[in-house]
Amino acid sequence: MIAVLRRAVLLAAALGMTAALALPLAGQPVSGLSARPLLLLMFLPAAALYASAAFVAPARSIVPTFAGVVLGCTATLILLRDGGVAGNAAWGFWSPVLANWAAACLGVAALGTLKPKDKTAAHAVDWAIPLLFGAFVLYLWEVAVRGFGVPAVLLPAPSVIAVRFFASLVMLWQDFFQTFILGVLSGYVIGCGAGFLVAVIAHRYTFLGRGLLPIGNFVSALPIVGIAPIMVMWFGFDWPSKAAVVVVITFFPMLVNTLAGLDAAGQIERDLMRSYGAGQGQTLRKLYLPAAMPFIFNALKINSTLAFIGAIVAEFFGTPTQGIGFRISIEAGRMALDVVWAEIALAAIAGMAFYGIVALAERATTFWHPSYRM
Amino acid sequence: MTSSAYYAARPAPVRWHPALARSAPVLVIVLALVAIWYVAAVLMNLQLVRSAFEREETPYTVADLLAGTLNAERPLLPAPHQIVKTFAEDVFDWPVTSPRSLVYHSWVTLSATLLGFFLGAAFGILLAVLIVHARTLEKSLLPWIICSQMVPILAVAPIVIVVLGSIGLRGLLPKAIISAYLCFFPVTIGVVKGLTSPDPIQRDLMRTWSATPAQIFWKLRWPSAVPFLFASLKVSITISLIGAIVAELPTGAQAGIGARLLAGSYYGQTVQIWAALLAASLLSVGLIGLVSFFERWVAQLMGARA
Repeated sequence: MIAVLRRAVLLAAALGMTAALALPLAGQPVSGLSARPLLLLMFLPAAALYASAAFVAPARSIVPTFAGVVLGCTATLILLRDGGVAGNAAWGFWSPVLANWAAACLGVAALGTLKPKDKTAAHAVDWAIPLLFGAFVLYLWEVAVRGFGVPAVLLPAPSVIAVRFFASLVMLWQDFFQTFILGVLSGYVIGCGAGFLVAVIAHRYTFLGRGLLPIGNFVSALPIVGIAPIMVMWFGFDWPSKAAVVVVITFFPMLVNTLAGLDAAGQIERDLMRSYGAGQGQTLRKLYLPAAMPFIFNALKINSTLAFIGAIVAEFFGTPTQGIGFRISIEAGRMALDVVWAEIALAAIAGMAFYGIVALAERATTFWHPSYRM
Repeated sequence: MTSSAYYAARPAPVRWHPALARSAPVLVIVLALVAIWYVAAVLMNLQLVRSAFEREETPYTVADLLAGTLNAERPLLPAPHQIVKTFAEDVFDWPVTSPRSLVYHSWVTLSATLLGFFLGAAFGILLAVLIVHARTLEKSLLPWIICSQMVPILAVAPIVIVVLGSIGLRGLLPKAIISAYLCFFPVTIGVVKGLTSPDPIQRDLMRTWSATPAQIFWKLRWPSAVPFLFASLKVSITISLIGAIVAELPTGAQAGIGARLLAGSYYGQTVQIWAALLAASLLSVGLIGLVSFFERWVAQLMGARA
């Protein structure tokens, strides 16, 4: 049943590619595909690849399917360079796009059924699937924006954003430095460090710990970002106020998680340390802290996202004339959405890299934890 | 020395009532924090008040100074009693429809929060159900969902509002969409975990009864996901409130707790900012309480023992 459906969809995709020959490419008269030999050399092989993929097993159809998708996508992107087609595309253009879409979905699905024995290959497949998916979403975004001629004030095409990104690297670096290095990073280090220290002290004095844990849990559930205007009032427009917001935001998750982590050491291990005659500092260093590491890294990961949000929100309440949040609100007001999207791309890359570095550090430090044992 | 003498030498441990033993540390620390707050208020506002007295060239005593720091009109750090007083005035002294009433602003934010929360929760559950049932989706979509949370989503908030505004959507919905975007993630992750939590043995049992996929879903997977769902909902409703407040900032909204914060920061009305923060905190606590109430209710309906 599913195999028949798969074959039907692939054959329909092949048909969709060839249909571009017959259907009109754009709403206005433009030269047809038969007058463009280069594109013809891409459309027809793509159709043939889709058709051939229909008659082999899913695992063996992956290569022809993706070869066809690459050819088909490149061809439609080249077609969009024609001013007559862009913004005015008709069914002769959309049918190959839909065909590529269907084929790519089946290709990714086929890739998902692979279960390679080799560990590296399995890893590669796990990475390839989301990356291919992401790349195809970018392709659809590009084709939809340029094919329908969506105005740039609504949604710029990814290619336009990429051009803007690389054209304004200097400005992006300044914004990144102001928001991330000065605001986020310094606040993150101070906030997490303070939360950690207070947790260690509270663990030493049980009374303090029993009082702080419920309060920390309570405060963690409050909308703390709201203190941003107060911090801007206290510390001025420049980065110290952003760092202060980040300190307050990151403090409580760190406190709560570290306290929970320091309690995670088992009674037997504590007794063992006592029977060794270990001192307070030794027990802390050799038992409590290692046991708390997974919890501490959990807080570090939560905080890496929170810190960025806090700094950007604080920039809404007043900044010097640079910073990611500042640039986004100014340029959004001026309808320069390509700059805004370039800043969002920057924030996304920085956010993921920040999280990724923390996650890597976690792997390096807590490699012994059961969740990493395969 | 006999062992009984050894034990007699140790003082008998003091036994407190369990409720007291639990709440005493919290109470002591809260009181200490309030005391620290008052001291900080005196210290931070001292300069302000002293220069005000000197400008008017009136003689002043230490008592005057102290009273001034705790009742200044635009203090750097208002004392707790000032915040409570302003909060009470803003809540009770105005009719709830007046733009000066804090109830009115809270309602504006609350409506966006709730709409966003329902949208986000529904979307999150839908996504989780799809992910659990399609392996390809799990592999292709889940990494991107996780990535979407590492992106500072609030950076996108202004353009979401600008773009939606330019196609004619204003007011409640853009704010709710931002809330929904922020709060769907914990729901998705929690429900995926919950839907996959039944043991293989239980699924095998369903198979031996030749249950259909729909029956397996409604009679096994969904009931075991409910506790996970509520744990996630408690996290997401706070996030949804944060989203609604923050969404009011970049647009210069006229009403809402975020607008109140913005106005307070423009005109230096510190007490107003703190009162708005107090309102936001109470909202947050109330919303979590509401979700917990539904959690207990649903657990009772599902036959859990009290």
